[in-house]
Amino acid sequence: MSEAVAEKNYLNDPKGWKSWVFTLDHKRIGILYLASITAAFFLGGVFAVLIRLELLNPGQDLMGPDTYNQIFTLHGAVMIFLFIIPSIPAALGNFFLPLLIGAKDVAFPRLNLASYYIYVFGSMFAVYSIFTGAVDTGWTFYTPYSTETQTSVIPMTLGAFILGFSSIFTGLNFIVTIHKMRIPGMTWYKLPLFVWALYATAIIQVVATPVLGITLLLLIFERVFSVGIFNPDMGGDPVLFQHFFWFYSHPAVYIMILPGMGIISELIATFSHKKIFGYKAIAFSSLGIAFISFLVWGHHMFVSGQSELAAMIFSFLTFLVGIPSGIKVFNWITTLYKGQIHFDTPMLYALSFLFLFTIGGLTGIFLGALATDVHLHDTYFVVAHFHYVMMGGTVMAFLGGLHYWWPKMFGKMYNHFWSVIAMILVFVGFNVTFFSQFILGSQGMPRRYYNYLDQFQPLHAFSTIGSWILGAGFIIMAIYLIHSLFKGRKASDNPWGGLTFEWATGSPPPHHNFKVTPKMTHGPYDYDKVLVEQTDY
Amino acid sequence: MSESHTHPAHLAHHFSDVEQQRESAKFGMWVFLLTEVLLFGGLFMAYAIYRAWNPDMFYNAHKALNIYMGTANTFVLIASSVTMALSIRSMQLDKRKQTIGFLIATLALACIFLVIKYFEYSHKFHVGQLPGKYYSYTGIKGTNPHIFFGIYFGMTGLHGLHVLAGMSAIVWVLIKTVKKKFSAEYYTPVEMVGLYWHLVDLIWIFLFPLLYLIG
Amino acid sequence: MKAKASDHSAHILPLRIYLGVGFALFILTGITVMISFVDLGGWNVTVALAVASIKAALVVLFFMHLLYDNKIYLTIFLTAIGFLAILIIFTMFDTMERGRLYPEKAKPIKPGAAIYEREDSLSSRSVDTTKTDH
Ligand SMILES: [Cu+2]
Repeated sequence: MSEAVAEKNYLNDPKGWKSWVFTLDHKRIGILYLASITAAFFLGGVFAVLIRLELLNPGQDLMGPDTYNQIFTLHGAVMIFLFIIPSIPAALGNFFLPLLIGAKDVAFPRLNLASYYIYVFGSMFAVYSIFTGAVDTGWTFYTPYSTETQTSVIPMTLGAFILGFSSIFTGLNFIVTIHKMRIPGMTWYKLPLFVWALYATAIIQVVATPVLGITLLLLIFERVFSVGIFNPDMGGDPVLFQHFFWFYSHPAVYIMILPGMGIISELIATFSHKKIFGYKAIAFSSLGIAFISFLVWGHHMFVSGQSELAAMIFSFLTFLVGIPSGIKVFNWITTLYKGQIHFDTPMLYALSFLFLFTIGGLTGIFLGALATDVHLHDTYFVVAHFHYVMMGGTVMAFLGGLHYWWPKMFGKMYNHFWSVIAMILVFVGFNVTFFSQFILGSQGMPRRYYNYLDQFQPLHAFSTIGSWILGAGFIIMAIYLIHSLFKGRKASDNPWGGLTFEWATGSPPPHHNFKVTPKMTHGPYDYDKVLVEQTDY
Repeated sequence: MSESHTHPAHLAHHFSDVEQQRESAKFGMWVFLLTEVLLFGGLFMAYAIYRAWNPDMFYNAHKALNIYMGTANTFVLIASSVTMALSIRSMQLDKRKQTIGFLIATLALACIFLVIKYFEYSHKFHVGQLPGKYYSYTGIKGTNPHIFFGIYFGMTGLHGLHVLAGMSAIVWVLIKTVKKKFSAEYYTPVEMVGLYWHLVDLIWIFLFPLLYLIG
Repeated sequence: MKAKASDHSAHILPLRIYLGVGFALFILTGITVMISFVDLGGWNVTVALAVASIKAALVVLFFMHLLYDNKIYLTIFLTAIGFLAILIIFTMFDTMERGRLYPEKAKPIKPGAAIYEREDSLSSRSVDTTKTDH
């Protein structure tokens, strides 16, 4: 490739809208996903701001109780099914998994494109349901209410059912890709840790999601044909629905967080310029989390009337999740120790992940304990807990990964100053919004109400103000990222001094990923053996 | 597989050789079968729990099923599995005509299965042995026998859909076989459809005793 | 790329294996049907499932070639079975053990099949499409 000719890369070669709509290139599919999940995040974010706005004052200001129920349901469903589950695997994972293992593409490119269009199709059902009497059941669709409410449960569940297939196909594709498409010499222990995390995620996706599929089908049957298996009136059992649902939805939490943890492993190693500490421990703790995640779902049902024996077993097993999570956090911190730390924007997100995820994880232990949970169940404490894990964990990792790989994906560098400002706003806004909710919850503020007692007002107002700060951070981020696409400085091939294969190709990469097939000359984190320069800043 | 300087027509560009492509397809297929097992798994769980709660009702209700038709269907489906396996074997031996014959036999057996199922279903529709609020039969003792039929129709219905899906897949490979797209060198799609068909058989092997043979 | 040692010309099983397995499956089906007419107390389920498992093993090992193929495929299949077992067993920790410590106080909401009443209330509600709180 000569320098003089306008460089060919996956973005401009081949040309034309058809080459994008029918693309089989994993990078382009990743970009399509990225655009879609950003739209979903925006939609879910608008719902979130509306929720916080209603809760600014006690009493009904913005919306009545029914509308409020619909809005928080949509916030949850959109954020979970449309944004956070596909976020890291389908967008960043799709783009970078083949690059990280030196492959030309994923194992099944056509299935990959199909999974994107299935995602779009499922999302259309979800959006359609918004206009036909949005669901008000909560994203959990608990029976018996979900079989009785007059809102449009079926389009939303059908949407989630279809989105499940998209998730299954992505997971299936990744498993086969990781098994079969690694370049020669890349053994399992030379895989970047993000790949290990995607592998563990993919296992959960293919094992758990089919159960969600059958659950939602049963719910639809229950609603359409009154089959009665979840209806106590007819000899059915509504708690059974919760078992069905949480067998998927607890592991789904790890579909969300595990790839985030993978990104954090990459960020911490790259920006500490140090060999990652405890490679195998981190790799296997990903698999450990994936496995344990299937044994703990009953902790969502401590007050739902499941048997005491089941509650005890589930509570005990829930504590086990703390072990692999702890292993990861300790290994990351040890990697930082005596590292050459560069505080670039992606690293700032990684550090805030460490802080916020630890809070989110530890409060999870409170909720996994039977007696404490009875007090805290269905309060804002739970809301705060899972936002610390989902947003403080996954979204922070996603943003870290986005800022880390942005120059690689688009070949452009964003504005450093504004990216730090946005990061600070997001971090502060997040904590203001959600830390107050821990306090609210422990004082007894129940979740999912549009109204509250006057005594909770100061903290609610505080939380709402936090949501504005958070919103401001995201708006700034959108501005400088879009600006960078057009006016950004050209990024070098390896701006951060990473050792994984994606940095060995052009920014942006060419159509078939590598001009020369890369060779395994060093491991992904061999900073002790290889000298790399950080070229930006 | 030898060095692939000459790319066979069926080798996609992102694989380095035919072997890698074939193994990937098989791997993907097995993962897909795993998802199918868990999809049905939910219904097996519902079955297990309601049977454990209502053993007598299940016993009484299962008598409404026609054990002869169920047994006949089991034989039919096993036979179709044999013909499916043989069609792949013939392809491995490059006997295309035989493959076509066995695939058609598999399709025919699948049709017989569905016809028998149709007679079973229509009888139940006729006498009102139906799920949920459509249940109107009065000859079964025990509380809420409609639950049994909800599970019966759920399981056999989903299985029936899989039979239909398998049949369409068989038609697809049949057409491609007729068009000489496969040979002893390359027959991966036939093999994959075969795996799928065996899984459909496998599920029926469990459905049959669970629904028809409650002792 | 190094060409791998070829096992591509996959195992072609002799005809008699397929026919033999098919025959065994027929016989086992016959056996399980006959046993179902004998009352073995609680053991009927066990026997029926055991026979079904043998039949399933035959299909998986021979028709689906797991006996001869790379064992990773067998691992995938067993993984599926394992997680399915977790789903069923853990749920039964709940459904089979309810009311052990604290007997369930609540009565069934409506004893017996109240489904006909319920059908009326449903249909009357669906006529009224305006939103009311209920
Ligand atoms: Cu959970």
